[in-house]
Amino acid sequence: MKFIIYVSDYIMPFIFFYIIGLGILTKTPIYDEFIKGAKDGIKVVIEILPTLIGLMVGVGILRASGALNILSGYLSPITEVFSLPSELLPVVLVKMFSSSAATGLLLDIFKEYGPDSYPGRLASIILSSTETIFYTMAVYFMAAGVKKTRYTLAGALVATIAGTIASVIITKLVF
Amino acid sequence: MLSYLWGFMIIFGIIVGVFNGNIADVSNAAINSSKEAVTLCISMLGIMAMWTGMMQVAKKCGLVASFTRTLRPVIHILFPDIPKEHVVNEYIASNMIANILGLGWAATPMGLMAMREFKKLNAGSDMASCDMCTLLIINISSLQLIPVNIIAYRSQYGSENPAQILMAAIIATCISTLAGVIFATTARKLVKRNRKR
Repeated sequence: MKFIIYVSDYIMPFIFFYIIGLGILTKTPIYDEFIKGAKDGIKVVIEILPTLIGLMVGVGILRASGALNILSGYLSPITEVFSLPSELLPVVLVKMFSSSAATGLLLDIFKEYGPDSYPGRLASIILSSTETIFYTMAVYFMAAGVKKTRYTLAGALVATIAGTIASVIITKLVF
Repeated sequence: MLSYLWGFMIIFGIIVGVFNGNIADVSNAAINSSKEAVTLCISMLGIMAMWTGMMQVAKKCGLVASFTRTLRPVIHILFPDIPKEHVVNEYIASNMIANILGLGWAATPMGLMAMREFKKLNAGSDMASCDMCTLLIINISSLQLIPVNIIAYRSQYGSENPAQILMAAIIATCISTLAGVIFATTARKLVKRNRKR
């Protein structure tokens, strides 16, 4: 399966080659267009920065205080229903807020149980199946200046829960 | 919504920190997280600018338009309210393509552009339109086919077969996306029906 990793090494260079090659063939002023696009990208990042600072401070406080562990303690009856090992609940919860924090927890599980254990495999699959809910919502809605998000959170939770349950069932069936 | 959530995170975190005697850690976490956000943004600046620059070139030479044509039937089913030739079609298509390829940092700028266009289509209202909700739900449900980073971590931690989870991960991703799409289309129909009454 090294092939997959091998292929993914080629994805970005291939995209660049294709775009620039096509640009030259169609006689597009590629460099000027690149600069124009890069300026837009910088504007987008600068506008995200305040959001990112606010959110990461919130998550940082929540994590350092031990509040996340308390939350997963309260939720442990739920994890039993879905036969999710209780050590995976913090991963699922943290993933809703921050994917880099969830990656840290994933690596903890790999160290503790090994990547080929049941928790190791399940955590890998769960993290592959969904994106960060609150971070994505904050960034997207703030960029659009939207305050009332309506049913977005409900839909995101439905997708996340479906992905998590599917991960548990598939992991049990396949491995 | 975000105000309450954010407020809760900080207030609850500080209260728990006081009771756990972690209050020094809490202050450090606040300071370090704010620094981390800036560091993240600085490294993101280069990558984002590089990608949006490339996308601008791709757009100018007609590549994005041809991808958009390919994805148009899918976009039309998911976002029935968008005018046919609107520029937002291109942004959604690029956002989806980048997501499928696992280029999350490339998907975000296109997604944000799409959100701005949706805002204009929605007459600048501060309430989310159905299209915005659908776009967000699809993005959160993850379209990424190959979780390259997870495979890399697994091999780093000595897995015998790091890519062993690949097929299971693809199925799980499809199920989460399907659930999200079903929810979004159902919610859109319910909203429309209520408006007609």
